[in-house]
Amino acid sequence: MGDVITAPPSPSVRRVVEHDYPTAEILALNMGPQHPSTHGVLRLMLEIEGETVLSLKPMIGYLHSAKEKLAEHKTYHMFIPYTDRLDYLSPMANNYAFVASVEKLLGIEETERCKWLRTILCELARISSHLLCIGTHAMELGAMTVFLYTFRERETLYDLFEEICGARFTVSYMRVGGVARDYPDGWLDKVKKFIDDFPACHRDYTDLLAMNDIFVGRTRGVGVITAEDAVDHCLTGPMLRGSGVDWDLRKRDPYLVYDQLDFDVPTRAEGDCYARFQCRMQEMLESCKIIEQCLEKMPKDGPINIDNPKVIFPPRERVKQSMEDLIHYFLLASDGIHVPEGEAYRPIEASKGELGFYLVSRGGYKPYRCKIRSPSFVNLQSLSKMSEGALIADVVAIIGSIDLVLGEIDR
Amino acid sequence: METQSTDRLKAVVEDVVKGTAPNALIESRVAHDEVTLLVDKRWIHEIVKAFKEDPRLEFGMLSEVTAIDWLEEAREPRFDVVYNLVSLTQEHRIRLRAPVGEAEEECRIDTITDLWTGASFMEREVFDMFGIRFDGHPDLRRILMPDNWDGHPLRKDFPLGGSTSFYYKQDTDEYAGEPDDLVPRIRVQDSDV
Repeated sequence: MGDVITAPPSPSVRRVVEHDYPTAEILALNMGPQHPSTHGVLRLMLEIEGETVLSLKPMIGYLHSAKEKLAEHKTYHMFIPYTDRLDYLSPMANNYAFVASVEKLLGIEETERCKWLRTILCELARISSHLLCIGTHAMELGAMTVFLYTFRERETLYDLFEEICGARFTVSYMRVGGVARDYPDGWLDKVKKFIDDFPACHRDYTDLLAMNDIFVGRTRGVGVITAEDAVDHCLTGPMLRGSGVDWDLRKRDPYLVYDQLDFDVPTRAEGDCYARFQCRMQEMLESCKIIEQCLEKMPKDGPINIDNPKVIFPPRERVKQSMEDLIHYFLLASDGIHVPEGEAYRPIEASKGELGFYLVSRGGYKPYRCKIRSPSFVNLQSLSKMSEGALIADVVAIIGSIDLVLGEIDR
Repeated sequence: METQSTDRLKAVVEDVVKGTAPNALIESRVAHDEVTLLVDKRWIHEIVKAFKEDPRLEFGMLSEVTAIDWLEEAREPRFDVVYNLVSLTQEHRIRLRAPVGEAEEECRIDTITDLWTGASFMEREVFDMFGIRFDGHPDLRRILMPDNWDGHPLRKDFPLGGSTSFYYKQDTDEYAGEPDDLVPRIRVQDSDV
């Protein structure tokens, strides 16, 4: 398949058992939904023989909150806060994925400055999400320290988010046609300071994990998935790139300003937990590179929101002076955005893979159908494949390396 | 993706569909630089397989399988099963829609889990949410809703507040039925403002 690279045989021992012994005693084991390493409410049905996993079935739905159904009953703006709660570790990227699809359906484009700002925010969200993934992955394998270190940096990121939108976790910052409000003075300098400081922190994690014999021993050669299997399981994001498939929507189907930026897409051929960990580590540094370029190239003045009062609130000063703007303000607040008939899908490369909102509109103020294509939901399926023949303790390592967020699996 | 390449893609996919099943193509359209094909569900497996294998298309990756309920449009057949395919080598994307009827024997379509293992969860979700069965799926169970759930939540005639709710008598776990005065307001299906 063209540029799809086949992963070499796994470097270390993959423990496969002969499970056709007639005397084998197979035990059904239930793991979760309250297990600390299952990232929330994932339940696994394991069939084990001794310590070896023969089969694994994920059971999901414990966090199901009918977001797709709710979307059909809400205006486009009312749905933005729900997107925060999908992958709650990178709400900025979710916000953007949703408004990008609405904007595509409306046929509008955000202002130049807004594009750069959104790129910065998406990349900050990626760093924040990868930090948590790496921290919790290490913690589940017994390395507590690095988890606290990553939270140190996440704290700084949350402070940045808080300063720009008032919320730390569920940001709801993006709007169709722009953002909720312009960033405050000095905010970009703080972002600059964060990315200047970040490489030193990144070295800490490398020292603590990549140089850590226990961590490497528990991840290298564990949970191997080949490039063919990865494509067969429809994996995206670091899961796919960790298996040597060079596929990143930021490069292959660019959105925002990614086509004007110079960055690499890290891939690893091994396809094991360690390869995925390394992909995420490298991606964080690439994100820093992207943000640095954004800060340099970003236009420093100009409007942040588009001037289209049918889509986004007109500036407050104008509302007080102009009759038309007051009417638009009222209509937007009471009815919402009128979206023409059609269907659109604008996938983005979120931290976990391809995230997109497939919107179908019949005209009017509410989507007729809003399908959330969430990366974790699709990526979860590969857990069965990767766990077969592994030890129970390896299952914990594998779950951590998939980077699951049950909020977007169950939706 | 530019408009020119989208038109070219549309021509190629139409050609491939005609080569695979001459009568399968119902409609093709380009909107927002996205190609959408409406095809007959009887040939969906052959068409998807041809799209995956044809060297001009090479749709190597399945992005999603989902469905739309057209009840409010009063369209016949009622559902569309939607496939979104991506080519990892040629970097294009296509959406396939296959209309599926409402009646018990009509509400089914061939599975594509033999082409992509990853289609399994997506098809289970469609089955769970819309009640569309996938013939040949190895493990077609509900995925998000409880196994004993009644109804399919994303159908347009399923009320937002749910079809039943559970109340228990105080201090016991005895089921108390559903008192009329406690029926949630959102259960009442409003005629979408």
